[in-house]
Amino acid sequence: MANYKMHVLICGGTGCLSSGSKAIADNIKSLLKENNMENDVQVLMTGCFGFCEKGPIVKILPDNTFYTEVKPGDAKLIVEEHLIKGRKVDSLLYKDPMTKKHISDSKHMDFYKKQMRIALRNCGFIDPDKIEEYIAREGYQALGKVLSEMTPKDVIAEMKESGLRGRGGGGFPTGLKWEFASKYNIGEQKYVVCNADEGDPGAFMDRSILEGDPHSVIEAMSICGYSIGATKGLVYIRAEYPLAIERLQNAISSAREMGLLGKDIMGSGFDFDIELKYGAGAFVCGEETALIHSMEGERGEPTTKPPFPAESGYWGKTTNVNNVETFANIPVIINKGANWFNKIGTEKSKGTKVFALAGKINNVGLIEVPMGTTLREVIFDIGGGIKNGKKFKSAQTGGPSGGCLTEKDLDVPIDFDNLVAAGSMMGSGGMIVMDEDDCMVSIAKFYLDFTVDESCGKCTPCRVGTKRLYEMLDKITKGQGTMDDLKKLKMLSGVIKDTALCGLGQTAPNPVLSTLDNFWDEYVAHVVDKRCPAGQCTALLQYVIDPGKCIGCTACARVCPVGAISGKVKTAHVIDQEKCIKCGACYDACKFGAIEKK
Amino acid sequence: MAKIKSLDELKKLREKLQNKVELREKGENVDDLVQIKIAMATCGIAAGAKDTMDAFIGKLNEKNIKNAVITQTGCMGYCHSEPTVEITLPGKEAVVFGNVDADKTEEIIEKYIKNGELVDGIIPVGYTTIEEEK
Ligand SMILES: Cc1cc2nc3c(=O)[nH]c(=O)nc-3n(C[C@H](O)[C@H](O)[C@H](O)COP(=O)(O)O)c2cc1C
Ligand code: SF4
Ligand code: SF4
Ligand code: FES
Ligand code: FES
Repeated sequence: MANYKMHVLICGGTGCLSSGSKAIADNIKSLLKENNMENDVQVLMTGCFGFCEKGPIVKILPDNTFYTEVKPGDAKLIVEEHLIKGRKVDSLLYKDPMTKKHISDSKHMDFYKKQMRIALRNCGFIDPDKIEEYIAREGYQALGKVLSEMTPKDVIAEMKESGLRGRGGGGFPTGLKWEFASKYNIGEQKYVVCNADEGDPGAFMDRSILEGDPHSVIEAMSICGYSIGATKGLVYIRAEYPLAIERLQNAISSAREMGLLGKDIMGSGFDFDIELKYGAGAFVCGEETALIHSMEGERGEPTTKPPFPAESGYWGKTTNVNNVETFANIPVIINKGANWFNKIGTEKSKGTKVFALAGKINNVGLIEVPMGTTLREVIFDIGGGIKNGKKFKSAQTGGPSGGCLTEKDLDVPIDFDNLVAAGSMMGSGGMIVMDEDDCMVSIAKFYLDFTVDESCGKCTPCRVGTKRLYEMLDKITKGQGTMDDLKKLKMLSGVIKDTALCGLGQTAPNPVLSTLDNFWDEYVAHVVDKRCPAGQCTALLQYVIDPGKCIGCTACARVCPVGAISGKVKTAHVIDQEKCIKCGACYDACKFGAIEKK
Repeated sequence: MAKIKSLDELKKLREKLQNKVELREKGENVDDLVQIKIAMATCGIAAGAKDTMDAFIGKLNEKNIKNAVITQTGCMGYCHSEPTVEITLPGKEAVVFGNVDADKTEEIIEKYIKNGELVDGIIPVGYTTIEEEK
């Protein structure tokens, strides 16, 4: 084995690959060869570093240099300056959005300072296609320990002690779920299912884990199988995740080759194997009963619970369903012990949570923080604050099932229960940050549009109710809403929540209810004043000319497609509001800032 | 690939594989790391820098010093005193040693790296690194 002195880690996540990271790796490798350095420097493709917006990312160890937005052509600089001469390439270093200074190593980037990586421990660190790298990082040790030193009961007790709660949205205690599954026994075959459907708009943490560290999920599923008495595992993954699928398939076959999956694992007599099932990518198929039907080849429609999957799951057999991120935590819990894990986090939510940060924030990306970190720390420290110096308005968590947090929630320690108390929820970990320019009625409308599309249509409250909610919101954004509509919105939301069959419908009104609660004034402004305070709802905008600033250049009148602007040369112009179609052309055309959007 | 038949076998394999990622793990904890940079430009190599590097790697392993990493850099501009080696102890300024042959490495490790005692052969530093300019 070559004794490498330096490592070049290049992000091979979906984001960076699509912006050319493979070519960077190839160029660096061939330059190293030209310089006879291929035995001194190791080049590897890893999973996502989390900092996707500034990708492609290239990290160099041991000096922890973090290069962002690297282009294939930069390979020469990196090799000649950094790898040969030992000088960092200034122009490729990350620039702090606040201080505008280049930061030379990732230890000193705010983005990483407050993070704690458990589920993402190997993402961006190892080559996911090499099982050896996973083994070198304690991989499969937990499985070995469980098989040789622990009874299934011990494992379940350890999981219960750890306090781990499911990361798929509901936050159900994982140990308890395993205990149910271990007790039920319908027929001889039991199943372990990994839910890799990930349908929330804006969420990509499960995909990143599967791409960056597939073995951690395989190892955890085997541990689960041992503890509940299952010998078969199934990963339900959406077909739109081709890279995750490829890495997972490769990981499964190398684990089989080494006897870490399949018959008689590590000579323990325990058999466990894993198969992939592909989903077509419908949001409702992430709901566990719908997921099971989809795997059986039926339509992906939910059924009432009980019976829970433990009582009657895949083909009517005992089935345990867990989320990808939930699984990724498990080997660490076994290796380091429940007592190590349950010291991290808050009283009722232990460990860490991965979030996909998006929206009007400087550092968009994937982050993992201890439970109990505040929203303020996430947005302002890790996220680098709001883009373009705008004001923070709201953070939407929990996707279509969640709600909006506001200024008053900034210091709430984030955990399952606190988010629910604040009128939102954890969900799978999507977090979309909004600034003063975002209209909250439009945001609610966006999520309702999504649910209307994704409702499976089986039950009326969801199929018809969400459509009606959407229509009312649409009316309001067009300036045709009434106060009565606001009352109806609230009432209908309540009815849908109480009567829908599955979690999709039951939570679909949440974005409406939480924006009504937190931004009532904004709704009233749309309805009563026919005004959109954020200036987003086109139908409610008014373009007006400030006579004090207008010099009468006629530029606006010439671009107006409907002839709404009148006025003589060198005198102030006016816009006829009746005729104006609010296209914004005059606003862009005026060189004197005389036109205002109100 | 041979099958792994017990936890013991897995542990042995892990130990064998570990040094492959060890450097990376150390790099992640850069704050308490001893960084040894060896100048490996043409003049350095001609003066025996490769032997110096091998001696460092061998002795650090022998003495079981785990918090040190060795990297190579280009010419530091002290061609008169090659091989040159720059050592940064955690939290300290970098120090450059000149004329470090394989024998000298023993003294540097024992005195400077282990105890922070200065030894002969230090070259006064006449440049700032990129990081310091910040
Ligand atoms: C509409 C709907 C969509 C869901 N989508 C997902 C999903 O994409 N991924 C997931 O892991 N769980 C999803 N869930 C939650 C699952 O039903 C289930 O609770 C979860 O997979 C259990 O795993 P956990 O205990 O590890 O969280 C969804 C639930 C509902 C109601
Ligand atoms: S609530 Fe919506 S998604 Fe769920 S079963 Fe009813 S129609 Fe289908
Ligand atoms: S372009 Fe602007 S300033 Fe000029 S006449 Fe039109 S509105 Fe007035
Ligand atoms: S895909 Fe490269 S950092 Fe996320
Ligand atoms: S008012 Fe007619 S283009 Fe703007």
